[in-house]
Amino acid sequence: MLDLRLYMAQRISAMVMAPLVLGHIAVMIYAIQGGLSTAEILSRTQGSVFWFLFYGLFVVAVSIHAAIGLRVIAHEWLRLRGAALSLLTWGIGLVLLVMGGRAVMAVTLL
Amino acid sequence: MEQAEQTHLEVTVRRGDADGGKDEVFRVPAHDNQTILDVVSWIQQYSDPTLTYRFACRVGMCGSCAMMVNGEPRWTCRTHVNKVLDGNKLHIAPLRNLPVIKDLAVDMDPFFDKWVEAEGKHHPTKTRDDPIEQINPESAERSEANAGIECINCSVCYAACDTVAGNPDYLGPAALQRAWTLFNDAKNEDKQTILDAVSGTSGCHNCHSMGSCTHYCPNDLNPMAAVAGLKRETAKSFFRRRKNA
Repeated sequence: MLDLRLYMAQRISAMVMAPLVLGHIAVMIYAIQGGLSTAEILSRTQGSVFWFLFYGLFVVAVSIHAAIGLRVIAHEWLRLRGAALSLLTWGIGLVLLVMGGRAVMAVTLL
Repeated sequence: MEQAEQTHLEVTVRRGDADGGKDEVFRVPAHDNQTILDVVSWIQQYSDPTLTYRFACRVGMCGSCAMMVNGEPRWTCRTHVNKVLDGNKLHIAPLRNLPVIKDLAVDMDPFFDKWVEAEGKHHPTKTRDDPIEQINPESAERSEANAGIECINCSVCYAACDTVAGNPDYLGPAALQRAWTLFNDAKNEDKQTILDAVSGTSGCHNCHSMGSCTHYCPNDLNPMAAVAGLKRETAKSFFRRRKNA
């Protein structure tokens, strides 16, 4: 159920995610030193163009990657095909994009 | 003798057709040297002449006798009973992932149709009037093509493939390996046609690299590597086309 276009989209989104995952984990380890508070997180992220772009890109890559991955599983395990399969792929992608986008905006916009 | 010699095998054979079937048990005399195909032939000749199965060469060249033996796809003419015996039991069934015609004979049409669908056919670079092209047997391209040339179309890899089981439209390891062989053949032109044929929704990108094809190939070929090669070349062509567009 993957043509070349979807395959490339999933591979490229994976390559985008690899350094972002490492950056995310590194910041987590750094940020929890000496306790963790909402105020501390927000002081770092609010109004930051860098963190907006960092997590914004992360959310876009995750939405593409996960939607295609779940599409394959839904086809092979649940025998979903045709319009239903396309709907599921786009649905998962959009839900992740909207939810992730909202979260990113909530912590980075002033 | 340490082990009591077994005089008989308990052989369970899957009987039936496209509408379903049931298992039937046969007692078959055990011999020191005996292949699975010998066992099936014994049943057909001495126990039940209505048993349907398929074979031709009996020496591992024609690729027509593959069956599921104790749940695994095997070329039955070259599989010794001793190698796969479970106690004194054998379970023999038609190949997985293909429609059953009757008993142990499956319809191979979907398997061969996919060879054509994957452009697994020769696209000549020259006509019969041209001189024969010299090919360097040492070249990297030729070595890659040679790696898959001994495929006997037995469909063991196709039956072993879990991706085919989950996604029946998937072209499968044999057809894709054929496409990869032709892609690397200097006497085959129109390479982009092959790449396009394996890039659709049922193409090489569906492979999860689980490796059952390579594990079960009776000729020790590596279809998984061939599929990986196609993924690599199609990805390259994806960027090439974007650049030229």
